[in-house]
Amino acid sequence: MIPLLFAAFAAVLVASSLLVILHRNPVTSALFLVLAFCSLAALYLLLGAEFVGMVQVIVYAGAIMVLFLFVIMYLNLGHDVEGGVQTTLRRGLGWVVGAVLVAEGAMLLARGMALGPETPQSPPPPGGNTGAIGLLLYSRYLFPFEITSLVLLVAMVGAIVITRGRTTPAGPARAAAPRAAAPRAAPPATPAAGPPGTEPAGAPAEEVHA
Amino acid sequence: MTGLWIIPALPLAAVALLLLLGDRAGRRGTAWIACGSVGLAFAFALRAVIQLAMLPPDQRALVDTIGTWFRVGDFSADISFLLDPLSAVMVLVVSGVGFLIHVYSTGYMAHEPSFRRFFLYLNLFTFAMLTLVLADNFLLMFVGWEGVGLCSYLLIGFWYQRPAAAEAGKKAFVVNRIGDFGFLLGLFVLFTAGGSLDYQHLFAAAPQRFAGAAGTALVTVATLLLFVGATGKSAQIPLYVWLPDAMEGPTPVSALIHAATMVTAGVYMVARCHVLYQLAPVSLEVVAVIGAATALFAATIGIAQNDIKRVLAYSTVSQLGYMFMACGVGAFSAGIFHLMTHAFFKALLFLGAGSVIHALSDEQDLRRMGGLARPLPWTHATMLIATVAIAGVPPFAGFFSKDEILSRSYLSGHHRIWLAELLGSILTAFYMFRLYILCFRGRPRMSHEVAHHVHESPPSMIVPLVVLAALTTVGGWIGMPLIEGGHPFERWLAPVFENAAVAGLHQESPATEWALIAISVAAALLGIGLAFRAYLRRPEVATALAERFAGLKNLLVHKYWIDEIYGVVFVRPFYAIAGWFWRFWDEVVVDGTVNGVATVVEGASAVLRLFQTGFVGTYALFFALGVAALLLHFLRHP
Amino acid sequence: MIPLSWLLLLSAVVFAIGVVGVLVRRNALVIFMSVELMLNAANLAFVAFARHLNSLDGQIVVFFVMTVAAAEVAVGLAIIVNLFRLRETVFVDEVNLLKG
Repeated sequence: MIPLLFAAFAAVLVASSLLVILHRNPVTSALFLVLAFCSLAALYLLLGAEFVGMVQVIVYAGAIMVLFLFVIMYLNLGHDVEGGVQTTLRRGLGWVVGAVLVAEGAMLLARGMALGPETPQSPPPPGGNTGAIGLLLYSRYLFPFEITSLVLLVAMVGAIVITRGRTTPAGPARAAAPRAAAPRAAPPATPAAGPPGTEPAGAPAEEVHA
Repeated sequence: MTGLWIIPALPLAAVALLLLLGDRAGRRGTAWIACGSVGLAFAFALRAVIQLAMLPPDQRALVDTIGTWFRVGDFSADISFLLDPLSAVMVLVVSGVGFLIHVYSTGYMAHEPSFRRFFLYLNLFTFAMLTLVLADNFLLMFVGWEGVGLCSYLLIGFWYQRPAAAEAGKKAFVVNRIGDFGFLLGLFVLFTAGGSLDYQHLFAAAPQRFAGAAGTALVTVATLLLFVGATGKSAQIPLYVWLPDAMEGPTPVSALIHAATMVTAGVYMVARCHVLYQLAPVSLEVVAVIGAATALFAATIGIAQNDIKRVLAYSTVSQLGYMFMACGVGAFSAGIFHLMTHAFFKALLFLGAGSVIHALSDEQDLRRMGGLARPLPWTHATMLIATVAIAGVPPFAGFFSKDEILSRSYLSGHHRIWLAELLGSILTAFYMFRLYILCFRGRPRMSHEVAHHVHESPPSMIVPLVVLAALTTVGGWIGMPLIEGGHPFERWLAPVFENAAVAGLHQESPATEWALIAISVAAALLGIGLAFRAYLRRPEVATALAERFAGLKNLLVHKYWIDEIYGVVFVRPFYAIAGWFWRFWDEVVVDGTVNGVATVVEGASAVLRLFQTGFVGTYALFFALGVAALLLHFLRHP
Repeated sequence: MIPLSWLLLLSAVVFAIGVVGVLVRRNALVIFMSVELMLNAANLAFVAFARHLNSLDGQIVVFFVMTVAAAEVAVGLAIIVNLFRLRETVFVDEVNLLKG
């Protein structure tokens, strides 16, 4: 049963990934990427990583891809136009390299790198997978966890600074754009602050604390 | 304990002090420091010599070792000084006459802006010269040898803004260098064959080490090479050409360096190495012959020169020839004796000439002098004494030393050398009195303006003249045959020289000796008489002769065109070779290589630059290729 | 259950697809999306090993990777927007500002 499910979701994953890179329209690519993320989340569930799967959908599909789509729409791009000799060479080489990588990966696996037997699974602790992860996060991985909040802060500040443009009075013409960029920067921060194991309601407090 | 090192150290300390103090010392301070250091050096030297004299004659050697200079394998060179009767004479002459000239310079250079630099160089020179004469090994002596060469360059070219002076300084240094090269080669031979460069060790071992035909050949080669250095330093043929040009320097420099001290270094060296020279009779012959040739050669040029300092310069060259002739016939102590008396009267002559030049507002041409006896009484009197001395008239110093050389030459069988000396004597007397007459007697021939300003020199200049004149008068008496058992000077030097070759020559009959004396005095008087006749009584004779023998006169005035010949034969080809080296080796090979490296780098970087496309895609591709390669590596080497 | 090697192979394939996407496409946004693909492939590998070794550490790592990916996307998109403002294009082979 499970191998079947695995095969199905794996196929969807591969197919949608291929379509991501092959499609001309960036919007379509983004949508296929969402599909890929969702099938990946399903795979996570199959592997018993429920929390990760949930976060995958919420953060990746729900926030990051939304951000992507915002930007694609804002830039108002049409279909991609491919062409040029130089690009052909690069593209050809690119496919070759990709194929080489897959081959090498397969060969490495076939070599039978000592993968060892599967360790027996321990019974799920109270609180389920989420609870277990939370326990770990707040004990052994507390420090990286706190640093992560700094990372998010830096990203937020960075994004705003970059898109703000010059501080000169030439700003007004561009002032519209920064303000359009700012609200985009804010949403990923808030939901991203969500994952640290607390309800979104406490998110603003999280932000301040970080 | 002996403290010999203090003697050269004092002028060196003065140099350091003057450098540090800079202009804060002022003229008076500089003068006191400079003269004081040399004066103190003389005092210390005197004390050391007295100490030496109190030792029994066969033990007269004081050694003072400061330390080891360097050590290479078995060979070590020490900073060590030796005071024996020979170096005692030299050190007293150098420091004594040097002191007098320092004092004189304070007056002569009083209006010189670079006063301090002058005394700096002068003290540096004194340090180098004292090191040279007091060293007890060849290496330390060579340090002094080079040092005086350097200071000679610095002092000749003292007024370096004058092209003639700069050229003269360069010429002196280059010619000296050629001599020094020969000297160095000689040192190499000596060390290789003799095993040591220390005087006492080398000379003691020399008779055994240089025995036999091969040994004699070696020592002949070594001594000839050393003599090449001596011809450079002491201005003999063929390396004398720098000395007349050296008159571009200030007159006290000419007095100190080119009359009394530096040029005598060659003679001192030959005397010091007499053990080696006596093992190589061929070298001694060469020395004597070159000395004779130079003496006559220079004397003939001297009679046709019109610059007062040039005459004295050629006179110096000539007198140095006498000293070498003495060494050549084995009469080393006579050579040193003449060195000492020559220092007195030649220094006096130069300083006196300086006084004259100073009085005549820097006029140096003899044709524009004359009648200075009355306005310059002191200068005149002292110059006259010096001129009489150099001519070889008793009882002045020059007579005793020159007569010593003459009689030794004759009695050792070198009759042709003796004849050359005699001829030289006549010429010397002639041109020196020509100088005297043209300068001090006759009608004044200078411009009215100059005549108006003629004045005697200040005491700072006169006093040294007087002291030197006194030394010139009595200095010869220590060589007199009749005092204190005869020849005290020679007996003083006897432990050094063990003049086996000329020992026992005092046993010849007094008659021969008196005859020789009479002949040499007669030669001197002949020269003097001819000079007076030609220049004072009947000057028209001189002019007539000059016209009759115009070609010969021209040759002499132009110094036999030697400088020009050297220029064509040596200097021009050398410049051509140097030019070739420059154009080919330097510009093509060296510059080509260096520029070539740069071009290669440029080319390589132009190729490498192609990787920097600026496109992210290209960089990403390289990333991916790198990853693939890495994986490949892990595939091959699990 | 699911053999580890299948999972890893799947991860490698998705990763390779991501690489190809980075190298082949011109549009900076699509390139960015390909980078996200690669990150997710790595995440898959982590989870697979977490499962295989019965350790939650792999999942913790995935958590952090996701956080960083989010931050990276924010900043990266800001840069792309800026680039668009500067050069009126998002095609990476029209921009060689890095040259020199």
